[in-house]
Amino acid sequence: MYIAFGVVFLAVMGTMAILIRIQLARPNATFLAPEVFNRLFTMHGTTGIFFVAMPIVFGFGNYLIPLMIGSRDMAFPRLNSFGLWATVLGGVLLYASLFGGDGFWKAGNAPDVGWFAYAPLSETAFSAGHSTDFWTLSLLLSGFGSIATGVNFVATILCMRCPGMKLSLMPLLPWMYLVVGGLVLVTISPLTAAQIMLMIDRYLGGHFFDTGAGGSAMLWMHFFWIFGHPEVYILAIPAFAFESEIVPVFSRKTIFGYPAMVAATAAIGFISLSVWAHHMFTVGMTSYGNAFFVLSTSAISVPTGIKIFNWLATMWGGKIRFKVPMLFCIAFLFQFLIAGLTGIMLAAAPFNWQLGSSYFVVAHFHYVIVGAILFGIFGAFYYWFPKMSGRMLSETLGKWHFWLFVIGFHLTFDFMHVPGLLGMPRRIYTYEAGRGWEIWNLIVLIGAVFQAAAILIFVFDLIYSYFRGAPAGNDPWDAWTLEWSTSSPPPEYNFAAIPAVRSRRPLWDIKHPEDPDWKYE
Amino acid sequence: MAASTASVATAGVPWKLPYRGTVGILSFILAECAIFLIFVVAYIYYIGKSTDGPTPRQVLTLPIFTTICLLSSSLTVHLAVRAFQKNKTAVFRTFWFLTLALGAIFLAGTAREWRRMIFKEHLTIKTNLFGTTYYSLVGLHAFHVSVGLIALALVLVLALLGKVKQEQGERLEVISIYWHFVDAVWVVVFTVVYIIGR
Repeated sequence: MYIAFGVVFLAVMGTMAILIRIQLARPNATFLAPEVFNRLFTMHGTTGIFFVAMPIVFGFGNYLIPLMIGSRDMAFPRLNSFGLWATVLGGVLLYASLFGGDGFWKAGNAPDVGWFAYAPLSETAFSAGHSTDFWTLSLLLSGFGSIATGVNFVATILCMRCPGMKLSLMPLLPWMYLVVGGLVLVTISPLTAAQIMLMIDRYLGGHFFDTGAGGSAMLWMHFFWIFGHPEVYILAIPAFAFESEIVPVFSRKTIFGYPAMVAATAAIGFISLSVWAHHMFTVGMTSYGNAFFVLSTSAISVPTGIKIFNWLATMWGGKIRFKVPMLFCIAFLFQFLIAGLTGIMLAAAPFNWQLGSSYFVVAHFHYVIVGAILFGIFGAFYYWFPKMSGRMLSETLGKWHFWLFVIGFHLTFDFMHVPGLLGMPRRIYTYEAGRGWEIWNLIVLIGAVFQAAAILIFVFDLIYSYFRGAPAGNDPWDAWTLEWSTSSPPPEYNFAAIPAVRSRRPLWDIKHPEDPDWKYE
Repeated sequence: MAASTASVATAGVPWKLPYRGTVGILSFILAECAIFLIFVVAYIYYIGKSTDGPTPRQVLTLPIFTTICLLSSSLTVHLAVRAFQKNKTAVFRTFWFLTLALGAIFLAGTAREWRRMIFKEHLTIKTNLFGTTYYSLVGLHAFHVSVGLIALALVLVLALLGKVKQEQGERLEVISIYWHFVDAVWVVVFTVVYIIGR
């Protein structure tokens, strides 16, 4: 359910992205009105983070965690469904803002304050009307849903493991989701609190972000980014988790450096709580403040680098099978590396002063969210779809999807860095000719079309294979974790008999009783 | 509930995991802490930043009595759960009721204070930054007290009807943990609002 919801919004968000790019492909374009453009990028960003990426990674978590830890369900099934429906209702509320008003082609309204809705811009004085109310209500509600999911992840992983699965024997995916659960708890809550404050301001006439009454515009920025940056890791760590399950299986080797992976994940979660103000270098903090956030932001690249090396070391000398899930994972590695490198560039405050709020930043975070997180998610779809549906996704269509998407991705986001370096600011609805930006923006649009074609193939493949795909069997990839030991799709109760575990690769032990793993661990 | 804590022997090793309710409520409390933290930070940041009166010093009085009530209710809820585990039903009901009553006194105290502030001192959430932050932070806490009181009252009714069974002890423990949290937050709110902020 979560995942289907996310895929639907993925299509909506992608369409908005194409509209934005068509507008920007030529100078002085009039394809979209300026107000519509503002609404589009706001809705694109909000939808992308809260109603595409989060539902998909939460959906995979809710589905895979009980299977991988040998449990029959999550710890709180009812809370789980509350989380889902709160998120769905949040998404519906956000889009309900389209109805009424005179925005969207005179047919309705939508929030136009950017995905981070900086107060006081989002206060009633500057954003009268209901669209921003819808925005804040929607995020408040989906925030409650996320917190419920976070509670459920933590409780399930700590309390529902099957006999013998000590934390040190748990597969990496539940481990990483444990960190994600913790991060959700401590970082979605500040967003929720900030939304409550914004609503107090908007509905009850409070002054939290009212600069006229002594309130501070900085406070919202801090609160938002205390949520905003760890949020990246809430989305990225599940992608790391998919990577950590898929790479070993397709390299025919155990994961390299299991304890280091766990430690690096925990370190990323921890450090990510202390980097938020690197989104605010251009605001003008004290030099000590800047120095701290430069250092903490650079520090986070260390555990991230450890992970990249561990995945590479897992592949090193392995017998790699280049199936579609693995292709996505390899592309993930490469693109995540580049995303990390531009991240380190932006982490340097002076460099950031030059490029803050330019297209370089836009290119950087899309590199993370599309190039790493979305590629990880696609890998996960190809890898676990057989388990979920009992049928394989098509290898041929999958390769088409992969290559078109890789080409489109690099056309779009590699070349998006350039206008940023040339000084093109983000969120402008058009620009004058002769600044040298035209050709780059045109390439970006062409890339976006490639990606759209790839997504269409993917959606077609999902629907087609669901009904007509080749039967998968219980264990199509010859994998080692518990979810492959039950039938595909698994029964409602997951396992007929609760398994008992003695090593990190329980299924290997079952398949190879003569040479089980636990002798060596 | 009972199943998740039951020990299953695997290869001679007993297998026991923490109760999911306890872990769940602790995770939830962690999230709540973050929410309160944001409100507390906003409160502290805005101390003395109001552009006009009334100021905290002019209108706030220390709610000593209600604070004592709320804090001692932590003790009574603890004693109630302990009595329940030892199967002393009457003692359990008495202490549980005491907890409820002490919490209600606290809430009534807050209501009285608000009434005085709004109608006598003319400080509302709209008046100035102090009003906004004060009513938000204290109100957020009062909301949590109310939720706790509803939970306590529900259990009390069920207990009087004889519907609370021995195997539900862990669930009572969960409510008790939440109640301790509400009390602990009050220590912070009290310090920030009535001591630092005054």
